Amino acid sequence: MNTHSQFYQQTKIPSTFSRWWRHYQENKLALLALVIFTLIALVAIFASLLASYDPAVQFTDFIHVPPSWYELGESRFILGTDYIGRDIFSRLVFGAQLTLSLASAVVLLSGTIGMFLGVVSSFANYWIDSLIMRFMDFILAVPSLLLAVVIVAVIGPGLPNAIYAVALVLIPHFVLITRTAIKHEKNKEYVTAMLLDGASKSRLFIQSILPNILPPVIVQITLAFSTAILEIAALGFLGLGAQPPHPEWGTILSESHHYIMFAPWTVTIPGLAIFFTLLSINLVGDGLRDAMDNEKK
Amino acid sequence: MLLIVVRQIINFASSFFVLSLFTFGIAHLFPEGIDFIFSHNSQSKLLLGTLPINGIENSNIVSVYFQYIGEIIQGNLGQSSVRGTSIFSEFWIYFPATLELSIVALLFAVSIGIPLGILAARLKNKWQDKLIISTTLVGYSMPIFWWAMLLVMLFSLWLGITPVASRIGFEFDILPVTGFMLIDTLLSTQEYSTEAFYSALHHLVLPAIVLGTIPLAVITRSTRSAMISALSGDYILSARARGISKTQEVWKHALRNALIPIITVLGLQVSVLITGSLITETIFSWPGAGKWLLEAVYRRDFPVIHGGILAIASFVIVTHLLLDIVMMFVDPKLRRNA
Amino acid sequence: MNLLHIENLSVDLHTHSSPLSIIDRLSLRMAESEILGIVGESGSGKSVLAMAIMGLLSPKMTMRADYLNLDGQDLMKLSAQDRQRYISSKASIIFQDPKSSLNPCFRIASQLNETLSAHGMHYRSERKVRSIELLDSVGITQPEKILEMYPHQLSGGMNQRVAIAIALACKPRLLIADEPTTALDVTIQSQILDLIVKLNQIENVGVILITHDFALLSENTDKIGVVYSGQMMEHAATRNILDEPRHPYTRSLLNSVPQLGKRHSKGSRLFALDGQIPSVDMLPVGCRLGPRCPIAEKQCVNPPRLNSIANHGKVRCHLVKPNTSAKSEKAAVRNSGVIS
Repeated sequence: MNTHSQFYQQTKIPSTFSRWWRHYQENKLALLALVIFTLIALVAIFASLLASYDPAVQFTDFIHVPPSWYELGESRFILGTDYIGRDIFSRLVFGAQLTLSLASAVVLLSGTIGMFLGVVSSFANYWIDSLIMRFMDFILAVPSLLLAVVIVAVIGPGLPNAIYAVALVLIPHFVLITRTAIKHEKNKEYVTAMLLDGASKSRLFIQSILPNILPPVIVQITLAFSTAILEIAALGFLGLGAQPPHPEWGTILSESHHYIMFAPWTVTIPGLAIFFTLLSINLVGDGLRDAMDNEKK
Repeated sequence: MLLIVVRQIINFASSFFVLSLFTFGIAHLFPEGIDFIFSHNSQSKLLLGTLPINGIENSNIVSVYFQYIGEIIQGNLGQSSVRGTSIFSEFWIYFPATLELSIVALLFAVSIGIPLGILAARLKNKWQDKLIISTTLVGYSMPIFWWAMLLVMLFSLWLGITPVASRIGFEFDILPVTGFMLIDTLLSTQEYSTEAFYSALHHLVLPAIVLGTIPLAVITRSTRSAMISALSGDYILSARARGISKTQEVWKHALRNALIPIITVLGLQVSVLITGSLITETIFSWPGAGKWLLEAVYRRDFPVIHGGILAIASFVIVTHLLLDIVMMFVDPKLRRNA
Repeated sequence: MNLLHIENLSVDLHTHSSPLSIIDRLSLRMAESEILGIVGESGSGKSVLAMAIMGLLSPKMTMRADYLNLDGQDLMKLSAQDRQRYISSKASIIFQDPKSSLNPCFRIASQLNETLSAHGMHYRSERKVRSIELLDSVGITQPEKILEMYPHQLSGGMNQRVAIAIALACKPRLLIADEPTTALDVTIQSQILDLIVKLNQIENVGVILITHDFALLSENTDKIGVVYSGQMMEHAATRNILDEPRHPYTRSLLNSVPQLGKRHSKGSRLFALDGQIPSVDMLPVGCRLGPRCPIAEKQCVNPPRLNSIANHGKVRCHLVKPNTSAKSEKAAVRNSGVIS
């Protein structure tokens, strides 16, 4: 009925994802973090192409060689060598591959189980819901690393067990966030409207609830990823996760710890790798959260 | 009021129940089974040691569980399979060291974190705020073990101003009365008691800073967002409108409301501190419960592992209970008076 | 003398791109002890108007006006501190959600005490007496008991009464009520409104009643101001507006209220203008109602002025000329296909 389109312009409203992206881009730091993280991920994926040497190869004549920019350094060992002569750069590059794939496995495992439980819990009756929440409360109450350590103590150290232990610790976070988000959406009026229209429960869930709980779930995934890296590295450092000679970053640090006085670069440089990875993931997560919050306003 | 205390006790009991189920289950996964935990204890009247685990029928597992609970509640956590000492008493030798370290770390985090958070909220979006947020993000992204090693490299090895390990200098012989070195040195009758006190303090500095870094980052962030949220309430607008314009008054209003989420976050830091102490105690050779538990893991001393997690997790549950009670005083909405 | 006289008030919001115009050259006048109703859709800027008068605009907003007179004093001429002090002694505001306008962590007594001591009452006994007086005047039956309670222990209606009591503590000349009943049940709504009207009569305090609900205003106000998208569209005595609304927006607002006694044909829809209120970053040029107005013409891309219409009030529309009659305007609207 609007007869005045010759005076006034219509505007095009962009889709949700492009709005998020637009908001996200405004935060320059988060954008930079995303670039850095992508680079790290690429390094992890193309590790075998980028590394100078195989991470397990020992150069027995070149033990504790400092990084190449020092006088005593060698140009072929860019970041120096460790206590048994392995090239640190290659170890770190393969370590990126190992750490990131372990973290991805953990997040995949805990995310799937956690979200599934969260969905069940929010649609189930009071007793099942309470039961699930009681267990989640328990896992949350016990300090995360403590729980992981004990689980590994019981089922034995090593890579796959570390994954299971850390995944268990992360499950409650996913359950809680999914359950809270669903409960929040369930009570909204558009859901009631759809039910009155005759929508089936699964249609309701897939079409309307799921897209609306994506923001907090995505933020939670990034948080979980960063926590997973930290916990895996911590377990590695304590000798309970990836065992030597795996080049997991935490494991590398556990070996370098003894030589902290003689070869500080074996401590600082691997630590920097963990630090920058965690920092970039946390910044990306923060940026995502800000972008989605801005969207709501 | 009484009803609320009863409810809290029920909460605690059910949490402890789930914990005990967990440790009971874990004990069954140990290679020698659950009786291994108690069998070395000749003082125990438990017949448990005579039950072979493999032959146990389902109907008996419940009675085994109740016997288990009975022993646990009496404080019998069994004996260390390696040293033969009572696990319960060992725990109480090592745990005060962890407590002392955690308390100092928490004090460090709170005394810097809360003022910093308030400052950031006050100067929201200005450069000081952005600096504070970035610093907390850095603190949050730092793996504790690396941060500890960096600080040790800088302050202990390079500058030589802090000690590397242990709670106090080797030359001091202090009687462990409370288990808290700071208190015990002052209680000591030796002539070097004050010197010893300063030595203990000196040894606490670096580990406390390491342990307290992540809580510091989290507390700063939470204080900031709690204050920002409190400041956006309508009651702040109406306070300004009423002529209560003095900044102190407005901040008093906001801070009182912000305390609720801040104290909740403080409660969550208990878990973070325990997690952190596992690593911190390892690096600084701090004789605490974390190091004790880890060494048990390395030498596969299952009774200690079992007793350790049961004791530490119970402690965490108790602190959550105490926190809930504190929250009742802070948040009037939780009091069901009228 | 006018209690409140605003001439050409504009409020801008400064974002990282260019400033957005929230309120555009708004003018209004209000006599002492009058009840002025401000009506508009959500997002029309009426709450921002209240904040601007009270000096509570967020730091990102700036305001300018030809003058903003409150009880004779031009607020634009005072320093920020003096302005705050003057406003706090002359005017008060109550908000929509009573639960959030009272501090949830403090008892009612301490919130009243705070206001009273800020306005000169230094003795506790004095304050207690006055607190009980105030609570009494807003219809609270057990003031001593209420004083010791926390906001969450009281119902919405009680909380709003307490908020009104606190607002009256400094004996203001002007009370701004920003959607005071929107968050309350219908029965409580009428109680609170009756209370506000009674206080206006007894305490001689002028009231600005802000709402989106026209029906509320028809019974309780002396004058009405119709705001759309930050512009004052029509400003006249209530009787005049209800009998003969001149501005097309006012007409459409009145037409959209289902009326008892008016015959609505079965299956017909309630009247509503097409489109939505424009968002602040994409404002139409000229008259902001333009894209939705049923009688808009080419000249509407030029901003209209607030014209005085004889025997009526002020109207801001090119098509409402001082000498056209209401009848011809009605005909124009009917011809454009809008139910009238």
